Amino acid sequence: MAQVIGVPKEVFPGEKRVATVPDAIPKLAKLGFSVIVESGAGEGASLSDEAYAAAGAKVVPDAGSVWSGADIVFKVRAPTLDEIAMIREGQTLASFIWPAQNPELMKALAARKATVLAMDSVPRISRAQKLDALSSMANIAGYRAVIEAAHHFGRFFTGQVTAAGKVPPAKVFVIGAGVAGLAAIGAAAGLGAIVRANDTRPEVADQIQSLGGEFVPVDYVEEGTGVGGYAKVMSEGFQKAQRETFAKQAKEVDIIITTALIPGKPAPKLITAEMVRSMKAGSVIVDLASEQGGNCELTEPGKVVVKHGVTIIGYTDLPSRLATQSSTLYANNLLRLAEDLCKAPGAAPSGTGSRTGVFNVNMEDEVIRGTTVVKQGEITWPPPAPKLSAAPPKPAAPKAVAVAEKKGHGHGGGGAPMAVGTLVFMFLAAAILFLLIGAYAPPAFLGHFTVFVLACFVGYMVVWNVTPALHTPLMSVTNAISSIIIIGALVQIEPLMEAIGAPPLMRPDIIRWLAVVGIALTAINMFGGFAVTQRMLAMFRK
Amino acid sequence: MSPSMLTVSYIAATILFILSLGGLSNPESSRRGNLYGMIGMTIAVVATVAGRVAPAGLGWVAAALVVGGAIGLYLARTVKMTQMPELVAFMHSLVGLVAMLVGYASYIDPTASAGMSEAEVAIHHIEIYIGVLIGAVTLSGSVIAFGKLSARISGKPLLLPARHWLNLIGLVVVIWFGYEFLRATSIQQGMTPLIVMSVIALLFGIHMVMAIGGADMPVVVSMLNSYSGWAAAATGFMLSNDLLIVTGALVGSSGAILSYIMCRAMNRSFISVIAGGFGGETAAPAAKGEAAPAGEVVSVSAQETADLLREAKTVIIVPGYGMAVAQAQHTVFEITKKLRELGKTVRFGIHPVAGRMPGHMNVLLAEAKVPYDIVLEMDEINDDFPDTDVAMVIGANDIVNPSAQEDPSSPIAGMPVLEVWKAHTSIVMKRSMASGYAGVDNPLFYKDNNRMLFGDAKKMLDEVSGALKS
Repeated sequence: MAQVIGVPKEVFPGEKRVATVPDAIPKLAKLGFSVIVESGAGEGASLSDEAYAAAGAKVVPDAGSVWSGADIVFKVRAPTLDEIAMIREGQTLASFIWPAQNPELMKALAARKATVLAMDSVPRISRAQKLDALSSMANIAGYRAVIEAAHHFGRFFTGQVTAAGKVPPAKVFVIGAGVAGLAAIGAAAGLGAIVRANDTRPEVADQIQSLGGEFVPVDYVEEGTGVGGYAKVMSEGFQKAQRETFAKQAKEVDIIITTALIPGKPAPKLITAEMVRSMKAGSVIVDLASEQGGNCELTEPGKVVVKHGVTIIGYTDLPSRLATQSSTLYANNLLRLAEDLCKAPGAAPSGTGSRTGVFNVNMEDEVIRGTTVVKQGEITWPPPAPKLSAAPPKPAAPKAVAVAEKKGHGHGGGGAPMAVGTLVFMFLAAAILFLLIGAYAPPAFLGHFTVFVLACFVGYMVVWNVTPALHTPLMSVTNAISSIIIIGALVQIEPLMEAIGAPPLMRPDIIRWLAVVGIALTAINMFGGFAVTQRMLAMFRK
Repeated sequence: MSPSMLTVSYIAATILFILSLGGLSNPESSRRGNLYGMIGMTIAVVATVAGRVAPAGLGWVAAALVVGGAIGLYLARTVKMTQMPELVAFMHSLVGLVAMLVGYASYIDPTASAGMSEAEVAIHHIEIYIGVLIGAVTLSGSVIAFGKLSARISGKPLLLPARHWLNLIGLVVVIWFGYEFLRATSIQQGMTPLIVMSVIALLFGIHMVMAIGGADMPVVVSMLNSYSGWAAAATGFMLSNDLLIVTGALVGSSGAILSYIMCRAMNRSFISVIAGGFGGETAAPAAKGEAAPAGEVVSVSAQETADLLREAKTVIIVPGYGMAVAQAQHTVFEITKKLRELGKTVRFGIHPVAGRMPGHMNVLLAEAKVPYDIVLEMDEINDDFPDTDVAMVIGANDIVNPSAQEDPSSPIAGMPVLEVWKAHTSIVMKRSMASGYAGVDNPLFYKDNNRMLFGDAKKMLDEVSGALKS
């Protein structure tokens, strides 16, 4: 039975985003879901009810009917207490939750016996990137931060030489080169500013440079990459060196954009009041960490303030200020989540018929396990560490089979593992064969036999490397090479008697004729085979 | 030339042959690989002639080489790329025949077993017997395969009643005469069992390939390739010649691997292919069991096909045996060129068993000058179909049949197929609605997003190409 996805209007004051967009609705329908949308849900993102209806969604008048009619609710912001009260037992909710910061919210959700997927808890692994809503939102925040800064900054970003005089380019300093920081670097560089950036993780220097920024290192050696690619808390000595670097930059630059966050901790205070005072009048600071307390000591979350002649922007709703864009990307993240969720357990990821239109919260799946924070009223957050979840006993069994297959079957390319019975049989047969040969064959034969077996294995190794596109040339060249059988005919045509240590005898003519015919026939094969192979290979071109 | 020199020459030839096969791992190095093969062969022949042939024989050798070489080069020059499978089958039969000739010659040659102990003579005779056996099966099997591939013999499997018993009886007789052959005290006495065995082996080869249908030909051709290698290896044992043994083993294992790859691409075991008769027995329940798939067949004209292609951004072309039969590969490339000039992404998806021998389609496309970097294998391209606007299937059927994935009762269930139906639109070019080799109806034709373009592939593609130009 197809399930219903409900999308209510966001109730948080000033929130303009919406959890799905008309473009995503046919794709959800393809997965087997029907969609209901609260009237006016997309208003803030310039998406009309008509657009939703035209895409195939059912528009309902109020939030109550969304919550009561849907099996799954897609939201942006974490639910308010009013909304939590509307959750039914067994309902599924997907939205931002921030479980670490909101323990009461988690308890309330668990009490409703719902299943909750936190879009902020998607594991940071490459397979999950397509549903990483944090990255989508951070990207938008970084871009918007530059736009806000430009709005409050009294000058051009780009340098110009005009008839009225020379304009110097603005200097922008970005702290923290995560997704948001990199987006900000790209946007600011795109506007023509000189961009510098700093991050505690030295490996991002290349990424900064690739976007047109300049990496400003802190003169202190310490590895700053924590679990999952996030930053971690640095040592005292490093922080001192870092403050010195920032103080120096603050005096030089016009705009500072801070994006430094450490998961589950208050934002580090990187820009002191002293540094703000040292900045030029008219400078701008955009603090993207303001929701977690801010990277700047003087930030007031949610507000724009002017202190010591410096405008400090502490908006906490930057993605919402680019509502159409952020809604579209968020809707796509949710769509990917829906896709992952309605895979039947054990079905091949690309196989047909695995999309059922029914949510299945499969806790074996690393991505879904990490995202699920409440499962049917039970709090499942925090998930086990990602490293541990990669080594449960389960994969061990197939692995053992794979090894056995390699030994017995030997075909490196995979295929169905061989049954143990067949394998044992094959080994037994080989053992008996070898025993027989060892018992009865004369030593001269064994020498040749060794060569034969080894050559089979060499051929086996070499041929697996042949690209399938060249299988026809492979056949014709092996065919040409197998005319080496000509040697058999050559040695019979007129042997040097002393070479084989036999007394000279009259050779029957018949042998010579057989040999001559043999040589002629193999010559067809040899010359023809190599020539036609050459002809074919000459055709393969880029 | 001293025996040691001969041996080192053989070692050099062996290494060159291995390098030759290794060179085929990509098209860039493959030409050099072929060159290595030629050098290796030259070294081996020159060394053998210099070390083992008395001056009196040189004239014979030269004459035979010139005659055979001229015929070979002529064949290589004139053969059409669509006829490659026939040529390869024909050449396999030559290897088989030579293995037989050498075996007989070795048996009647009194010098061959001179100075051997009794056990060694017995072993030598077993080697002759086995060598002739493999040679004979390769010879007659290849001749029949050649006949089938060149349409001189019907491609339909010929199934004699109790054919498995016939084979078994043949095997028992061969073993019995093998025993007789070993007991023979003179050459005249041993000749009878040897000839009887040869006849049975020839019949067995004929019978085996006759029972196999047209689309299983890639397996048969690669299997015969393997046999011709084993025949050479057996000859090597017979003559105590390591170079022959090594080369034969290389070729034999190469053919065996190819057969295995082909079988896997059809999701069938090697035994079931060799036992033959695929399609004949399974077609009946399939036709009765499921009624024709629901939906309507929508046919389009060449003009509409051209319009669809012009609107598409990404196109994947899936060629099959039909393209080879119609010799349409050049027209396909013309269309490809035109589409690429219009800024479209055109790629080719090749199923491992498309055509009549491994890699057949790749060779045809290469002949038409299609660059090999847009010709992809099934595994490389299958995931891209959902993002593809038009998938054009030219003369292929079973390899794009969705029932392999969707219908567990289908005879081809589990066979890996190209998922063309996942493209936004698929166009199937076909002569008629007849079912493919496997005798299975193809639900693809009835899908909503599928269009049929009926007619001879070459003629239709010419029209499409013309419509694209205008």
